[in-house]
Amino acid sequence: VHETEDEWTSLMRLAISGDSAAYHRLLKAVTPVLRAGARRGLARAGQPIDQSEDVVQDILLAVHLKRHTWDANAPFAPWLFAIARNKLIDSLRRRGRRVYVNIDDFADSIPNEPVAETASASEIAAQLKTLPPRQRDVLQSIAVESASIKDTAAKFAMSEGAVRVALHRALASLTAKLREQ
Amino acid sequence: MSMETEQLIRSLAADNTHRARPVGFVLALGLLVAAPLSLAMFVLWLGVRPDVMAAMHNPFFDLKFVVTLALAVAAMALSLHLSRPEVSLKGWWWLLLIPLGILAAEIAGEMMVPQSLPMMVRLIGSNSRICLTAIPLMSLPLLAGALVALRHGATTRPAAAGAVAGLLSAGLAATLYASHCTDDSPLFVATWYPIAIGLVAAIGALAGSKVLRF
Repeated sequence: VHETEDEWTSLMRLAISGDSAAYHRLLKAVTPVLRAGARRGLARAGQPIDQSEDVVQDILLAVHLKRHTWDANAPFAPWLFAIARNKLIDSLRRRGRRVYVNIDDFADSIPNEPVAETASASEIAAQLKTLPPRQRDVLQSIAVESASIKDTAAKFAMSEGAVRVALHRALASLTAKLREQ
Repeated sequence: MSMETEQLIRSLAADNTHRARPVGFVLALGLLVAAPLSLAMFVLWLGVRPDVMAAMHNPFFDLKFVVTLALAVAAMALSLHLSRPEVSLKGWWWLLLIPLGILAAEIAGEMMVPQSLPMMVRLIGSNSRICLTAIPLMSLPLLAGALVALRHGATTRPAAAGAVAGLLSAGLAATLYASHCTDDSPLFVATWYPIAIGLVAAIGALAGSKVLRF
């Protein structure tokens, strides 16, 4: 467990210093852990666990948009689990549930074998159509069609800077819309 | 349209080049933007007391600023600490005891020197009503600025973080007010300032529990 967490910390340090591949690897590595914790928390609250993927995506967006609050001298896992717990509680509250979330729902859930994505998420997908067309196109191109920033820029006759701005705004506004739900 | 988690992760990684400002920077900015409003209220409504040059020879006048600024600095440090999601107040809350400790030492000091006015007269003073109005009102713009800025953080204790933002803004507002007020006895400061500051902290806690969730 500690080796995994140390590896996360080094990956996040690399990510902060600009290594996007390390960041990608880190997010992929933490996702099964977040998924297991989300399922455990939902089950404890008596909620259907098929909502777990929405919770996972919610957590990932928060991790992304709040990563500047991580102190690079501190271990990454406690920060990650604090964000995850907060989003799980928030998501249960939005569903009208006021429940106690066990502190260790996430920390205990570092699984031996990866938990696969079974149910699919629907909340972010539902908000996609409310984005301005330009932001939606850019997000679609990068997320769904796996196009690079550069290719996306060429495809829509935009500068790479404009693509980056549109992508970031799309992610930030998705997060805001999920909160307003 | 759909968004699989793997696709979301891909788009997050592509956005890794985006760098957010540190919370401390944004908090300083929020306070700087709000400060002119509080200052304008002070200048138009209260102003510095006319005998300020003479007052500066009274250590109890000068120490009012030490107390209010110690509160503002301690609350600023706590605000930044609480903007991280994984922290607790353990080992940090005692920072708020610093201004109280200074005040207690001052009261002891004042007791040791003979005073021309009786204790109750010094405690009640002549400015309590304005103190209780001016500090909260001048705090409000700063509190709003601080709360907007702290939304940039990721606190998992929104009410506590809001209360601390209240202490921060009230500490700054009380610093302004202290230069207007002619009651310099630490007994006055220890009685009325905390009521005014506590009110702002309560407003901050209430507002924080709404706006600082993420």
